[in-house]
Amino acid sequence: MVVEYADLECPYCAKAHLILKALPVTRVFRHFPVTSKHPRARVLAAAAEAAGLQGRFWEMHDSLLEDQGHQDDPHLWQRAEALGLDLERFERERRSAGVAERVERDFRSGVRAGVTTTPTQFLAGEAHPGVPGASFRAALRSGP
Amino acid sequence: MIEPGSAAPDFTLPDQDGKQVALADFRGRRVVLVFYPSDFSPVCTDQLNLYQEVLPQFEERGVALVGISVDGAFSHKAFQKQLNVTIPLLADFHPKGEVARAYGLYSEEYGVAGRGLVLVGPDGTVDWAYLSPPLEVPGANLIFDALDERTPA
Repeated sequence: MVVEYADLECPYCAKAHLILKALPVTRVFRHFPVTSKHPRARVLAAAAEAAGLQGRFWEMHDSLLEDQGHQDDPHLWQRAEALGLDLERFERERRSAGVAERVERDFRSGVRAGVTTTPTQFLAGEAHPGVPGASFRAALRSGP
Repeated sequence: MIEPGSAAPDFTLPDQDGKQVALADFRGRRVVLVFYPSDFSPVCTDQLNLYQEVLPQFEERGVALVGISVDGAFSHKAFQKQLNVTIPLLADFHPKGEVARAYGLYSEEYGVAGRGLVLVGPDGTVDWAYLSPPLEVPGANLIFDALDERTPA
């Protein structure tokens, strides 16, 4: 199992996503938005969480990371529609305090765990900052 | 590097807008001095972006945070704008590195400050000091741990 801290607007996180997607590993996603660098980071994180409330977190996560050129609100509505979400509910929930708190909780847990850059992957409690490379694969192979 | 328990060397430095900022301005509250080698270098960039994101958590606790490097005020202004951060950046520019030297963080070899974090207590005493290995961003967790362990009376 890998625990990933990532920012949905971060291009390195998009690259990491494509690598992890091709590996036989269970993924746990946690938000680590860095808004001074990526102004839409928290908006996108909230959109993924709101989709998650309708059972479509991973689909929205994949959709956002695999097409980072379209991140404005109308693009989010298109994505939500394409995933068959109740659009009014999505719109209400992505702006809700509960969703914002969920994202902030993820972020703070990452800060506490010593995350300093996105993406950062944790395997068996050990941090692997950056896009997963050879050392990550080796750790994954030798892991429990 | 300066040791905890000693008096934090006083200083007055211009910020990115040329406004003079003195350590004494922070008396009565805690302040984290973030020394870093250079504006526009990749590691500092991530470090300040990260600290900007946790700034509300510092503010909740009444803790101030300032960046210090040997770059000049105009460079700081441009750097702040590029990073899109509001953390005040102080220019330890003239005489170059004098404040970094007073805190034992100046590298004569490279002509810049090391990546050091110094927590100064409300009374102006150094409560905690940490020097990061080169090219490593000191996580904000280190600062929070230091704050938690040393809650002032």
